[in-house]
Amino acid sequence: MTPDILAKLQAARAAKRPVALVTNLRSGAQKLVFDGESEGPLCIDIDMMAGAIEMLKRDESGTLQTGAGAIFVHSFNPPPRLLIVGAVHIAEPLARMASLAGYGTTLIDPRRAFAASQKFDGYTVTTDWPDEAMAALKPDARTAIVTLTHDPKIDDPALEAALASNAFYVGALGSRKTHAARLERLAAKGFDEAARKRIRGPVGLAIGALSPAEIAISIVAEITQVRRGA
Amino acid sequence: MSDDILEQAANWRANGTGVAIATVVSTWGSSPRPVGSQLAVDAGGKFVGSVSGGCIEGAVIKEALDAIATGRPRLLDFGVTNEQAWEVGLACGGKVQVFVERLD
Repeated sequence: MTPDILAKLQAARAAKRPVALVTNLRSGAQKLVFDGESEGPLCIDIDMMAGAIEMLKRDESGTLQTGAGAIFVHSFNPPPRLLIVGAVHIAEPLARMASLAGYGTTLIDPRRAFAASQKFDGYTVTTDWPDEAMAALKPDARTAIVTLTHDPKIDDPALEAALASNAFYVGALGSRKTHAARLERLAAKGFDEAARKRIRGPVGLAIGALSPAEIAISIVAEITQVRRGA
Repeated sequence: MSDDILEQAANWRANGTGVAIATVVSTWGSSPRPVGSQLAVDAGGKFVGSVSGGCIEGAVIKEALDAIATGRPRLLDFGVTNEQAWEVGLACGGKVQVFVERLD
Protein backbone atom coordinates (compact mmCIF):
# COMPACT_ATOMS: atom_id res chain seq x y z
CA MET A 1 0.00 0.00 0.00
CA THR A 2 1.33 3.42 -0.87
CA PRO A 3 1.33 6.22 1.71
CA ASP A 4 -0.77 8.24 -0.76
CA ILE A 5 -3.53 5.60 -0.91
CA LEU A 6 -3.54 5.23 2.88
CA ALA A 7 -3.69 9.02 3.43
CA LYS A 8 -6.59 9.39 0.99
CA LEU A 9 -8.40 6.39 2.51
CA GLN A 10 -8.04 7.83 6.02
CA ALA A 11 -9.17 11.28 4.81
CA ALA A 12 -12.32 9.77 3.28
CA ARG A 13 -13.06 7.82 6.47
CA ALA A 14 -12.54 10.97 8.60
CA ALA A 15 -14.93 12.85 6.30
CA LYS A 16 -17.46 9.97 6.62
CA ARG A 17 -17.32 9.53 2.86
CA PRO A 18 -17.99 5.94 1.68
CA VAL A 19 -14.99 4.47 -0.15
CA ALA A 20 -13.92 1.03 -1.39
CA LEU A 21 -10.26 0.03 -1.45
CA VAL A 22 -9.78 -2.30 -4.43
CA THR A 23 -6.67 -4.50 -4.39
CA ASN A 24 -5.24 -6.89 -6.97
CA LEU A 25 -4.26 -9.80 -4.72
CA ARG A 26 -1.46 -10.90 -7.06
CA SER A 27 0.33 -7.60 -7.65
CA GLY A 28 -0.86 -5.65 -4.62
CA ALA A 29 -1.78 -2.69 -6.88
CA GLN A 30 -4.66 -0.64 -5.48
CA LYS A 31 -7.34 1.87 -6.31
CA LEU A 32 -9.78 3.84 -4.18
CA VAL A 33 -13.30 3.78 -5.61
CA PHE A 34 -15.82 6.42 -4.58
CA ASP A 35 -19.34 6.79 -5.93
CA GLY A 36 -18.53 8.73 -9.09
CA GLU A 37 -14.73 8.80 -9.10
CA SER A 38 -11.63 6.75 -8.37
CA GLU A 39 -7.97 7.28 -7.56
CA GLY A 40 -4.89 5.10 -7.67
CA PRO A 41 -2.70 3.12 -10.06
CA LEU A 42 -4.66 -0.17 -10.30
CA CYS A 43 -6.39 -0.45 -13.68
CA ILE A 44 -9.94 -1.78 -13.43
CA ASP A 45 -12.57 -1.91 -16.11
CA ILE A 46 -15.94 -0.22 -15.97
CA ASP A 47 -17.79 -3.40 -14.91
CA MET A 48 -15.45 -3.99 -12.01
CA MET A 49 -15.81 -0.35 -10.97
CA ALA A 50 -19.61 -0.74 -11.00
CA GLY A 51 -19.28 -3.99 -9.03
CA ALA A 52 -17.12 -2.28 -6.39
CA ILE A 53 -19.58 0.61 -6.05
CA GLU A 54 -22.45 -1.88 -5.72
CA MET A 55 -20.61 -3.75 -2.93
CA LEU A 56 -19.82 -0.46 -1.20
CA LYS A 57 -23.51 0.47 -1.24
CA ARG A 58 -24.41 -2.91 0.27
CA ASP A 59 -21.60 -2.44 2.84
CA GLU A 60 -20.01 -5.70 1.75
CA SER A 61 -16.36 -6.64 1.34
CA GLY A 62 -15.18 -9.63 -0.65
CA THR A 63 -13.08 -11.15 -3.40
CA LEU A 64 -14.04 -11.01 -7.09
CA GLN A 65 -12.46 -13.32 -9.68
CA THR A 66 -11.49 -11.42 -12.83
CA GLY A 67 -9.39 -11.97 -15.94
CA ALA A 68 -6.58 -10.05 -14.21
CA GLY A 69 -6.70 -12.33 -11.16
CA ALA A 70 -8.46 -12.10 -7.82
CA ILE A 71 -9.51 -8.60 -6.77
CA PHE A 72 -10.42 -7.73 -3.19
CA VAL A 73 -13.03 -5.04 -2.61
CA HIS A 74 -12.81 -3.62 0.93
CA SER A 75 -15.78 -1.38 1.74
CA PHE A 76 -15.33 1.43 4.24
CA ASN A 77 -18.63 3.06 5.18
CA PRO A 78 -19.14 5.54 7.99
CA PRO A 79 -20.11 3.80 11.26
CA PRO A 80 -23.81 3.07 11.74
CA ARG A 81 -25.51 5.63 13.97
CA LEU A 82 -27.60 5.44 17.09
CA LEU A 83 -29.79 8.42 17.91
CA ILE A 84 -30.90 8.36 21.55
CA VAL A 85 -33.81 10.60 22.47
CA GLY A 86 -33.68 11.44 26.16
CA ALA A 87 -30.47 12.04 28.12
CA VAL A 88 -31.91 9.99 30.98
CA HIS A 89 -30.19 7.50 33.27
CA ILE A 90 -30.39 4.58 30.81
CA ALA A 91 -28.88 6.72 28.06
CA GLU A 92 -25.44 6.62 29.63
CA PRO A 93 -24.83 2.82 29.55
CA LEU A 94 -26.73 2.63 26.23
CA ALA A 95 -24.42 5.21 24.62
CA ARG A 96 -21.34 3.44 25.99
CA MET A 97 -22.39 -0.05 24.89
CA ALA A 98 -23.48 1.18 21.46
CA SER A 99 -20.11 2.88 21.02
CA LEU A 100 -18.33 -0.38 21.91
CA ALA A 101 -20.46 -2.08 19.24
CA GLY A 102 -19.25 0.49 16.70
CA TYR A 103 -22.09 3.00 16.58
CA GLY A 104 -21.62 6.74 16.30
CA THR A 105 -23.98 7.93 19.02
CA THR A 106 -25.92 11.19 19.27
CA LEU A 107 -28.04 12.18 22.28
CA ILE A 108 -31.05 14.39 21.78
CA ASP A 109 -32.75 16.11 24.71
CA PRO A 110 -34.24 19.61 24.66
CA ARG A 111 -34.21 19.63 28.47
CA ARG A 112 -30.83 21.24 29.04
CA ALA A 113 -30.61 20.07 32.64
CA PHE A 114 -30.81 16.44 31.50
CA ALA A 115 -28.36 16.86 28.66
CA ALA A 116 -25.89 18.48 31.08
CA SER A 117 -26.54 16.30 34.13
CA GLN A 118 -25.14 13.04 32.84
CA LYS A 119 -21.68 12.06 31.80
CA PHE A 120 -21.97 12.34 28.03
CA ASP A 121 -18.44 13.48 27.26
CA GLY A 122 -17.28 12.10 23.97
CA TYR A 123 -20.78 11.88 22.49
CA THR A 124 -22.59 14.39 20.36
CA VAL A 125 -25.35 15.99 22.44
CA THR A 126 -28.00 18.26 20.96
CA THR A 127 -30.60 20.23 22.91
CA ASP A 128 -32.72 20.86 19.81
CA TRP A 129 -36.29 19.58 19.85
CA PRO A 130 -36.40 16.05 18.39
CA ASP A 131 -38.21 17.09 15.19
CA GLU A 132 -35.54 19.72 14.47
CA ALA A 133 -32.74 17.40 15.53
CA MET A 134 -34.05 14.60 13.27
CA ALA A 135 -34.40 17.01 10.33
CA ALA A 136 -30.74 17.94 10.78
CA LEU A 137 -29.45 14.40 11.44
CA LYS A 138 -31.36 12.82 8.51
CA PRO A 139 -31.64 9.22 9.77
CA ASP A 140 -30.98 6.66 7.02
CA ALA A 141 -30.93 2.88 6.56
CA ARG A 142 -27.78 2.68 8.72
CA THR A 143 -29.39 4.52 11.65
CA ALA A 144 -31.06 3.16 14.79
CA ILE A 145 -33.34 5.41 16.87
CA VAL A 146 -34.34 4.80 20.48
CA THR A 147 -36.61 7.04 22.54
CA LEU A 148 -36.20 6.94 26.32
CA THR A 149 -38.08 9.88 27.83
CA HIS A 150 -41.64 8.47 28.23
CA ASP A 151 -42.72 12.08 27.59
CA PRO A 152 -45.02 12.27 24.53
CA LYS A 153 -43.95 15.88 23.92
CA ILE A 154 -40.39 14.66 23.33
CA ASP A 155 -40.75 11.01 22.23
CA ASP A 156 -43.65 11.44 19.78
CA PRO A 157 -42.05 13.98 17.41
CA ALA A 158 -38.92 11.79 17.36
CA LEU A 159 -40.95 8.66 16.56
CA GLU A 160 -42.88 10.47 13.83
CA ALA A 161 -39.59 11.51 12.21
CA ALA A 162 -38.20 8.00 12.71
CA LEU A 163 -41.19 6.40 10.97
CA ALA A 164 -40.84 8.86 8.09
CA SER A 165 -37.20 7.72 7.64
CA ASN A 166 -35.52 4.48 6.54
CA ALA A 167 -34.03 3.91 10.01
CA PHE A 168 -33.35 0.18 10.34
CA TYR A 169 -34.37 0.12 14.00
CA VAL A 170 -36.89 2.20 15.93
CA GLY A 171 -37.39 1.44 19.62
CA ALA A 172 -39.35 3.17 22.36
CA LEU A 173 -38.89 2.65 26.09
CA GLY A 174 -42.10 2.28 28.07
CA SER A 175 -44.47 -0.30 29.48
CA ARG A 176 -47.03 -2.13 27.35
CA LYS A 177 -49.65 0.34 28.57
CA THR A 178 -47.50 3.37 27.70
CA HIS A 179 -46.74 1.82 24.34
CA ALA A 180 -50.41 1.11 23.56
CA ALA A 181 -51.27 4.76 24.30
CA ARG A 182 -48.35 5.86 22.12
CA LEU A 183 -49.56 3.73 19.21
CA GLU A 184 -53.04 5.23 19.52
CA ARG A 185 -51.63 8.76 19.30
CA LEU A 186 -49.59 7.78 16.23
CA ALA A 187 -52.65 6.17 14.62
CA ALA A 188 -54.58 9.42 15.19
CA LYS A 189 -51.75 11.20 13.39
CA GLY A 190 -52.29 8.97 10.37
CA PHE A 191 -49.52 6.35 10.79
CA ASP A 192 -50.86 3.07 9.46
CA GLU A 193 -50.41 -0.28 11.16
CA ALA A 194 -47.35 -1.25 9.11
CA ALA A 195 -45.63 1.99 10.18
CA ARG A 196 -46.65 1.58 13.83
CA LYS A 197 -45.39 -2.01 13.88
CA ARG A 198 -41.89 -0.77 13.05
CA ILE A 199 -41.62 0.55 16.60
CA ARG A 200 -40.10 -2.00 18.99
CA GLY A 201 -41.97 -1.55 22.23
CA PRO A 202 -41.40 -2.47 24.95
CA VAL A 203 -37.87 -1.84 23.66
CA GLY A 204 -35.12 -4.46 23.79
CA LEU A 205 -34.90 -8.25 23.91
CA ALA A 206 -36.92 -9.83 26.72
CA ILE A 207 -34.08 -10.91 29.02
CA GLY A 208 -35.64 -9.73 32.26
CA ALA A 209 -33.44 -6.62 32.35
CA LEU A 210 -33.88 -4.47 35.45
CA SER A 211 -30.93 -2.11 35.94
CA PRO A 212 -30.08 0.65 33.45
CA ALA A 213 -27.04 -1.33 32.26
CA GLU A 214 -29.13 -4.49 31.78
CA ILE A 215 -31.76 -2.55 29.83
CA ALA A 216 -28.97 -1.10 27.69
CA ILE A 217 -27.72 -4.65 27.01
CA SER A 218 -31.19 -5.74 25.92
CA ILE A 219 -31.54 -2.73 23.58
CA VAL A 220 -28.07 -3.10 22.02
CA ALA A 221 -28.74 -6.84 21.62
CA GLU A 222 -32.03 -6.16 19.80
CA ILE A 223 -30.43 -3.54 17.56
CA THR A 224 -27.70 -6.09 16.71
CA GLN A 225 -30.29 -8.77 15.98
CA VAL A 226 -32.16 -6.50 13.57
CA ARG A 227 -29.00 -5.19 11.89
CA ARG A 228 -27.61 -8.69 11.33
CA GLY A 229 -30.96 -10.10 10.22
CA ALA A 230 -30.92 -12.82 12.88
CA MET B 1 -1.69 3.21 20.47
CA SER B 2 -4.68 4.05 18.32
CA ASP B 3 -7.83 1.88 18.27
CA ASP B 4 -7.97 2.50 14.53
CA ILE B 5 -5.73 -0.09 12.92
CA LEU B 6 -4.95 1.94 9.80
CA GLU B 7 -4.26 5.04 11.88
CA GLN B 8 -1.84 3.07 14.04
CA ALA B 9 -0.16 1.73 10.88
CA ALA B 10 0.18 5.28 9.52
CA ASN B 11 1.59 6.51 12.86
CA TRP B 12 4.23 3.76 12.98
CA ARG B 13 5.21 4.47 9.39
CA ALA B 14 5.38 8.24 10.02
CA ASN B 15 7.89 7.46 12.80
CA GLY B 16 10.11 5.67 10.29
CA THR B 17 9.18 2.10 11.29
CA GLY B 18 8.52 -0.60 8.69
CA VAL B 19 4.85 -1.61 8.69
CA ALA B 20 2.76 -4.35 7.08
CA ILE B 21 -1.03 -4.69 6.97
CA ALA B 22 -2.83 -8.05 6.93
CA THR B 23 -6.48 -8.24 5.80
CA VAL B 24 -8.96 -11.14 5.82
CA VAL B 25 -10.10 -11.31 2.18
CA SER B 26 -12.10 -14.57 2.13
CA THR B 27 -13.65 -16.87 4.71
CA TRP B 28 -15.32 -20.28 4.53
CA GLY B 29 -17.26 -21.95 7.33
CA SER B 30 -17.06 -20.78 10.90
CA SER B 31 -14.05 -18.48 10.71
CA PRO B 32 -13.71 -16.27 13.74
CA ARG B 33 -13.27 -12.84 12.11
CA PRO B 34 -15.24 -11.46 9.15
CA VAL B 35 -13.88 -10.40 5.76
CA GLY B 36 -12.23 -7.00 6.06
CA SER B 37 -10.75 -7.63 9.54
CA GLN B 38 -7.24 -6.22 9.74
CA LEU B 39 -3.98 -6.56 11.64
CA ALA B 40 -1.14 -4.03 11.43
CA VAL B 41 2.39 -5.16 12.32
CA ASP B 42 5.50 -3.04 12.83
CA ALA B 43 9.07 -4.12 12.10
CA GLY B 44 9.64 -4.82 15.79
CA GLY B 45 6.74 -7.29 15.90
CA LYS B 46 4.26 -5.02 17.70
CA PHE B 47 0.73 -5.48 16.34
CA VAL B 48 -2.81 -4.12 16.60
CA GLY B 49 -6.05 -5.70 15.42
CA SER B 50 -6.79 -9.33 14.60
CA VAL B 51 -7.45 -11.65 11.67
CA SER B 52 -8.62 -14.64 13.75
CA GLY B 53 -9.39 -15.45 17.33
CA GLY B 54 -5.65 -15.69 17.96
CA CYS B 55 -5.11 -18.97 16.07
CA ILE B 56 -3.09 -17.70 13.12
CA GLU B 57 -1.78 -14.33 14.27
CA GLY B 58 1.69 -15.75 14.98
CA ALA B 59 2.08 -17.07 11.43
CA VAL B 60 0.61 -13.90 9.90
CA ILE B 61 3.02 -11.71 11.89
CA LYS B 62 5.97 -13.85 10.67
CA GLU B 63 4.85 -13.35 7.05
CA ALA B 64 4.24 -9.65 7.73
CA LEU B 65 7.82 -9.20 8.97
CA ASP B 66 9.04 -10.89 5.77
CA ALA B 67 6.79 -8.61 3.68
CA ILE B 68 8.27 -5.57 5.48
CA ALA B 69 11.78 -6.82 4.62
CA THR B 70 11.14 -7.76 0.98
CA GLY B 71 8.22 -5.54 -0.05
CA ARG B 72 6.55 -8.58 -1.63
CA PRO B 73 2.78 -8.82 -1.02
CA ARG B 74 1.40 -12.30 -0.36
CA LEU B 75 -1.87 -14.20 -0.07
CA LEU B 76 -1.94 -16.75 2.77
CA ASP B 77 -4.36 -19.65 3.15
CA PHE B 78 -5.23 -21.08 6.53
CA GLY B 79 -7.52 -24.04 7.08
CA VAL B 80 -8.39 -26.47 9.76
CA THR B 81 -5.36 -28.56 10.71
CA ASN B 82 -6.90 -31.19 13.01
CA GLU B 83 -4.07 -32.70 15.01
CA GLN B 84 -1.81 -29.73 14.29
CA ALA B 85 -4.49 -27.28 15.42
CA TRP B 86 -2.16 -26.21 18.20
CA GLU B 87 0.27 -25.06 15.51
CA VAL B 88 -1.07 -22.96 12.64
CA GLY B 89 -4.71 -23.45 11.83
CA LEU B 90 -8.19 -22.75 12.99
CA ALA B 91 -9.54 -24.88 15.77
CA CYS B 92 -13.06 -23.80 14.77
CA GLY B 93 -12.90 -25.70 11.49
CA GLY B 94 -13.17 -22.66 9.24
CA LYS B 95 -10.86 -21.44 6.51
CA VAL B 96 -9.52 -17.96 5.92
CA GLN B 97 -7.47 -16.25 3.29
CA VAL B 98 -5.30 -13.33 4.45
CA PHE B 99 -3.61 -10.76 2.23
CA VAL B 100 -0.39 -9.26 3.62
CA GLU B 101 1.10 -6.09 2.15
CA ARG B 102 3.84 -3.68 3.14
CA LEU B 103 2.95 -0.06 3.81
CA ASP B 104 5.55 1.64 1.61
